Amino acid sequence: MARIIVVTSGKGGVGKTTTSAAIAMGLAKRGHKTVVIDFDVGLRNLDLIMGCERRVVYDFINVINGEANLNQALIRDKHCNSLFILPASQTRDKDALTLEGVEKVLEELSKDFKYIVCDSPAGIEKGAHLAMYFADDAFVVTNPEVSSVRDSDRMLGIMASKSRRAELGMEPIKEYLLLTRYDPDRVEAGEMLSLEDVQEILSLHLLGIIPESKAVLNASNSGTPVILDEKSDAGQAYADVVARYLGEKRPHRFIDSKKGFLRKLFGGK
Amino acid sequence: MSLLDYFRSSKSKTATVAKERLQILVAHERYYRNKPSYLPQLQEELLAVIRKYVKVEQDAISVKFEQDENQETLELNIVLPETPKQQEYSS
Repeated sequence: MARIIVVTSGKGGVGKTTTSAAIAMGLAKRGHKTVVIDFDVGLRNLDLIMGCERRVVYDFINVINGEANLNQALIRDKHCNSLFILPASQTRDKDALTLEGVEKVLEELSKDFKYIVCDSPAGIEKGAHLAMYFADDAFVVTNPEVSSVRDSDRMLGIMASKSRRAELGMEPIKEYLLLTRYDPDRVEAGEMLSLEDVQEILSLHLLGIIPESKAVLNASNSGTPVILDEKSDAGQAYADVVARYLGEKRPHRFIDSKKGFLRKLFGGK
Repeated sequence: MSLLDYFRSSKSKTATVAKERLQILVAHERYYRNKPSYLPQLQEELLAVIRKYVKVEQDAISVKFEQDENQETLELNIVLPETPKQQEYSS
């Protein structure tokens, strides 16, 4: 039986697709057969971040509509044999996703995969709703910024009331926080919400902090999930996230600012 | 506190402002989140009906929705004017 993970946020541009690509790759690299699904019908981008955009023939909607079977639509990742991508349709709109269709596809994937990562679109409409509806675990991607924190809180409320687990009165979705685009220097300067500030409001189980990093844009430029850039801070941060999710204990990194010469001189913490 | 902190603390930090704004906003939104969406309209219509018979202020009526494990309660609280004169409206 597969574990279904939704990567969600409410707000756009906070790093959902980057995170989906990274953690799916991380889980697969550790030997778990993993599939990552793009729920952003009409605006597919996961294929681009995974570097498989030219290999897309059939998509999620084709499978839901019975125009292709899963094996035809799944794309095997070029870096890792145990990772598959199910791309979104670019020509259809979000109404092409149906609850029954999504359920059928997830059920079929569950037979074969250990982890199913659902990359949610931004917003709280149909695509985002269906991406989280069947989830067992939620990775809530949040930037240390007011609108992102507010939207994450909103999304948590929706998951607590409108998910399948909520509707059936099952154990609720396990919610984890991923704080992305974190800049310890700005936090120290009082210009950015700190981890503690965000946790005071959301109080979630922290899976990791992803620092603001040049490696993320470089990775998306080349279509390689950033977790494969093992030397980069963001790559290492995502590797930690995957390890923690799998139950390993790893201390949190990238929280403290790299102190500058002047700040050391003046005795900054 | 370092020398640098001393100079820094002279102006209020934006992160502190952000946190305070968020705390208020999120608390407010959580409060309203689990309530039926018809509440504001219900309040408005009730007020209109009551005002047909009694002269009350806009804020004299409060609609409270409470939820616990077993039941949902809708509590209406109407504050009538101090000398409750029944006013008959001719039109």
